[in-house]
Order: sequence, then C-alpha cells, then structure tokens
Amino acid sequence: MNKVRIALFTIFAAVITLVISSASSYANQTREAVVKRGNVNCGVSQGVPGFSNADASGNWSGIDVDLCRAVAAAVLGDAKKVKYFPLSAKDRFEVLKAGEIDMLARNTTWTLARDGGLALDFVGVNFYDGQGFMVRKAANINSAKKLNNAKVCVETGTTTELNLRDYFNANKLKYEPVSFTKADEAVAAYDQGRCDVYTTDKSGLAANRTKTKNPADHIILPETISKEPLGPVVRGNDENWANIVRWSLNVMIEAEEFNVNAANADSLKSTDNPVIKRLLGVEGETGKNLSLSNEWSINIIKQVGNYGESYARNVGPTTPVGLPRGLNQLWSKGGILYAPPVR
Amino acid sequence: MLGIKNQILKNLQPRYLIPQVLLIIIFAGIIYYFTNNAGINMKARNISSGFDFLNTNSGFDVQFSLIPYSGSSSYGTAYLVGLLNTLLVAFIGIIFATIIGFIIGISRLSNNWLLNKFAAIYVELFRNLPLILQIFFWYFAVLRALPETKDSITFFSSVFINLQGIYIPKFIFKNFHFITYGFVIALITIFLLSYFSKKLFYEKGIAIPVFKYSVLIIILLPIVFALIGGTTYVVEYPLLKKNYGIANFVGGVKLVPEFIALALSLSVYTAAFIAENVRAGILAISKGQKEAAKSLGFNNSQSLKLIIIPQALRVIIPPTTNQYLNLTKNSSLAAAIGYPDLTGVFAGTSLSQTGKAIEIIFIVMMTYLTISLFISLLLNWYNKKIALVEK
Repeated sequence: MNKVRIALFTIFAAVITLVISSASSYANQTREAVVKRGNVNCGVSQGVPGFSNADASGNWSGIDVDLCRAVAAAVLGDAKKVKYFPLSAKDRFEVLKAGEIDMLARNTTWTLARDGGLALDFVGVNFYDGQGFMVRKAANINSAKKLNNAKVCVETGTTTELNLRDYFNANKLKYEPVSFTKADEAVAAYDQGRCDVYTTDKSGLAANRTKTKNPADHIILPETISKEPLGPVVRGNDENWANIVRWSLNVMIEAEEFNVNAANADSLKSTDNPVIKRLLGVEGETGKNLSLSNEWSINIIKQVGNYGESYARNVGPTTPVGLPRGLNQLWSKGGILYAPPVR
Repeated sequence: MLGIKNQILKNLQPRYLIPQVLLIIIFAGIIYYFTNNAGINMKARNISSGFDFLNTNSGFDVQFSLIPYSGSSSYGTAYLVGLLNTLLVAFIGIIFATIIGFIIGISRLSNNWLLNKFAAIYVELFRNLPLILQIFFWYFAVLRALPETKDSITFFSSVFINLQGIYIPKFIFKNFHFITYGFVIALITIFLLSYFSKKLFYEKGIAIPVFKYSVLIIILLPIVFALIGGTTYVVEYPLLKKNYGIANFVGGVKLVPEFIALALSLSVYTAAFIAENVRAGILAISKGQKEAAKSLGFNNSQSLKLIIIPQALRVIIPPTTNQYLNLTKNSSLAAAIGYPDLTGVFAGTSLSQTGKAIEIIFIVMMTYLTISLFISLLLNWYNKKIALVEK
C-alpha cells in the first residue's frame, strides 16, 4: 500500500516539476515563442473606446490594438494573428512579467518606477496624454481648483491615483477617493452619482464620456495635471523583442512623416526617395537587424496603416472619442511625435 | 490502546520509518524547488525582492480608514488600514449574521405558519445565490437606487441617507473615561451578582432575576458615573455644504455604501447557513428533553432558553465556527465593489504600485491565516467550555 502511495507521490512531484520548468525563463525567446505559437499575445484594456475596445462581435479596435496588429504584421506577416488579453490596471504588469502576454499596449504611463523597478521596458510613446477631470455640467464648476470636498471616482493601481493626491494636496483641497479596479465601474459609479468627479487621462475622459447615459451632461475641466506618455511595454530581458515592438511603432510614425500609407505603399516601392525605399524594405537590411524578414515594415504599413491613419480611424475628430491631434501631431507639423530614422 | 512511547517505537520500525522519511524529503524538495525557482526567475528578470518597501511612502489615498492615513503614510500603514477595515467588516458581519441566523433558525421551527414559511424562504433564497451576486445586488441595485445628495432621505433632520452613504450625528464626549469606569464596574458587579445568585439558588433555592438586574446595572451605572464625573457631550450634525454646484455632507459619522453593501450581504448570506446550524442543533435535542421541561412546568420560552439552547449550542458551535471563518475570508470580495479591505488596499493597490507580488501575497495569506486560526481558537475554547463533561 505504502509503495503505491510513494509511487503516486513521486509521479505527482515530477509532474509539478515539469509544469514549473516549462513555464520558466523567457529571456530573449519571445520572438521564437511568437513564431512557434503563430500569434502575438497582447495585453489590452478592458474597454477604452479609441484605445482598445471590443465591439459586439468581439472585434478589437483602437490605437493600442493597432500597435498589437503592427507587431503581428511585422513578425508573422499577418496583422490578424493577435490574441487579446483584456487586463485591469491592477493586473497588467504581473501578467506581463509572468510571461502570459508578449507585450502590453494598454494606455500605460511610462514612469521611472515602472521602467526601472518592475523589470519591464517601455519602448516608446504612442500617445502623449495628461490627466484631467470630468464633472457634471450641473455642478457649475469651470476649474479643477474649485473641486473642494469632492468625491472622486478613480481606477486603482494607476498613476492617476497618485497624481490625484499630489494635485489636491498641492492645491490644499480636500477630496475623498472612491477606487475601483475597473474603469467601467468607476465611470458607472460617477455616472450614477456616487462621485462628483471622474478622473483619468484626458483621452480616457473623452473615451469614457461616450459611455455615460447622456454625454452632453458632462464637461472636461481645462486643467491638465500631469504628463502621461502612454506606450507599449515588454519584459526587460529580451532586447530583440523590445526592438521589434519599438520599431514597429517608429515605422508607423515615419510612414506618416513621408506620406506613405496603406493605399500607396505598393506603388511607392519604385520611388526614387531612399528614405521611403528603406521604409518599405526595398533597400537596406532593416529586417535583419531585428531578425525579421525585410517585408516586416511594408506589412505593417499595408495591413495597419501609418500613425496618422490609425489616429484618425480610432480617436480622431471624426470618431465618437473626437480628440484633436494636439501634442500627438508630427514634430514637423507642430506636435512632438518624432521617430528616430528607420535605417 | 498504545501509549505514546509505543507509538513512537512502532513508527521507528524501518517499514514505517522509510516511507515517512521519503515523504518528508520529497515535500522539502518541492518547497525548495518552488522557492529556488522563484528566486532564479526573479533574478533573471531583475526583479528586486525584500520588505523594504513597507517603509516607503504609498502616495495614494484611501476612501475609508479607521486610523489616520494619507498618501504620505507608509505601505506598512496602508497594510494596517486594510487589515482594520477587513476586521471591522468581519466583526460587524459576524455579529449580525449570528443575530439574524438565530432568529431565522428558531423561526423555522416555529408553529406559526407565516413565520415558519418566511424563514424557510429566507434560507433557501440567500444560501442558494452566489455571494458575489448578492453583493452586487445590494451595492448596485439597492444602494445605487437611493436619491442624490441634494434629495437625501432625512430622519429628524439629523440622519441623512443618499447615494453617497448614510450620515449620522457624531457624539463628541468630554470626560468620556468616567463612562468607561462605570461600564467596567458594572461588568464586575454583574459577574459577582451572577456568582452569588447561583450560590444562593443552589444552597437556599432562592432565584434572583439576574438578567433583569444586569440590564439595569449596565445601563444605570455608567450614567451615574457620567453624572458624577461631569461627562458632557456635543453633537456634531452632518451639514450639507455646497461648493458651487456640488453638495456634500461634512461632519458627523459617515457610513460609505461600499461598507454597508458588504456588511449587509455578508451577514444576510452567512445568516442563512447559521440558521440551518441552529435548526439542526435544536432538532438534535431529543423530544424527551422538551417533554421533561414541560412536565416540570416550564413554558415554551423557558424550556427553549434553559433546556434546549444550552444543549443545542454543543451541536451548533462547531459548524458555526466554519461559517465565521467563511465570512471573514469572503470579506475579501470587497475588492469587487471598491471597499478598501486588506485584499483591495494591500494585495490590490499596493501590489500594483510597488510590483512586490510575492512579498505582498505572502503577507496577505499569512494575515488571513492568522485571523482564521485566531477565530477557530476562540470558538474551540468556547466549545470546550460548554461541552458535556462525560465520565
């Protein structure tokens, strides 16, 4: 009897050991793992219109989603080969660290503590944002400095939560935070009157205002209380993968700068401009430096489009979110979007 | 029966010893593997570890705290805030669950048809719905349906109920310690009274209505002490303050909806289980006991109070301990509605702000374990105290 028990126990222990060791160490293997798996596992939000949001039939769209698609186009040649993982602000880094996702494109603010302290790498900025406040029009308030004694709905585990305190303290205002783990819950609580104020990044305010019962009843206050550069994140131990994600974003920005878009990419292959030739992989060996085929960049442009196209489609003035380009305009047109040269 | 010495000797025989030693080695091996594996992987990913973060500033505020706390307090303080909020909701939940559970449990055995059926429906309804749904029901359906602040439901122009919480007046005492003295002396008097009345009853057969006297003493003595000591109080009423178009109550005591919803759903849910324990306990007492009480001239409430319940408690307490433990652990569902409990503040917000997943989850697990073991210990002690001493 005891022998049987020991045998069972040993098998059990062996199985556990196998399971654990198969899940360990992802160092410099993300690209191989993605190719082998046949899709990119991409961490996104649980629904921020314009950034990452699923429609009724489960199709994801948004400026962050386009980044996931760009990486899939670069690595696998097919922008559709993405599996989306909706994550709360609270869980996102742990899931990335544990290796369940390959990249995080979830309107995540780049800060020193996260970049340096979490063993993660921020590889760029795909949206320059800043935190703001939304209040009901009936509150008759036109400045965040007048928000004394207010109840503020906020998403927990975010930089928003920290900036909120800094701002109210610096302005000697009292407030009471009501924290939720999901943005949707925080918005619903604000909408139903549990809070007087809802705070998040201004893009998020615009996006979430579309989720309130009557969007016209709410206004976004003029103050921007923080810098929120939002960008994609990868694990800190895989330089090749970090480069792939970083340059997928840069290709989209540079494509806009040189007026290369999804429609004209093929016809521009025969252009005389060497910058565009390199961008489309006709000249140079950009793919080799990333251990990808040289079609990686044209795949991104053809399947996802350039940054401007992605912006206009997802958050631009003609969408429900309706955000002007502002800071997110190209450096050459008065914004601060500036991609290092793709060469 | 084998003595302890014999048992040890028997266990030292090779055919028993070898498998046991093997088992321990395998177990130790697994533990070592887990920790070592975590260590290697953390090192490979440059994840720092350690508990130093507990002393650094948290930087976030919490909606509801029993101790002074702000974002300039440490993560260690944030832990305490969460712990106390968990203990508060568990304590309130246990008290209400016990009261409701006993009432419903006894009602289920009542001869009154209406009462009986009501109790049966209560039990079947609340124990068969998932707790998280019940929390959502109270929080989103009931408490969110309350009026806005400016249209608060008002009682005696001092209690205000609205969507943002319940506001009640706050009593601020001066020389409060005299009331405490009165209370302590009342407790001592009651203890002595019950001791001597028991003695009197067994030796001379004179019965004193101890319960009635005790109630009188515990109410009167603190009041007398307060009058002598000159205890005064001021009432701080919640005041509606308007800041532009935003109206909020300031002052008084505030009960936030997240707390109310959680305490309510935990007590209502757990009460259904406790009610069944109570019913089982009472039914476990043989019919003869009740008949004996009746033949001795006890009326219904006397036989319940003096004969049935004391015996039933022996059956009721062990499974009810489990329900108390469940309630305490279930309070971690608080995170779903944003009540800042241990799981929400520490395993939630603090974890995502620091990234110290292993350390924080370890601390939180140990904390829940300690709370649960403490509750078990307390009730085991009580159970032993009232257990039948068999010869």
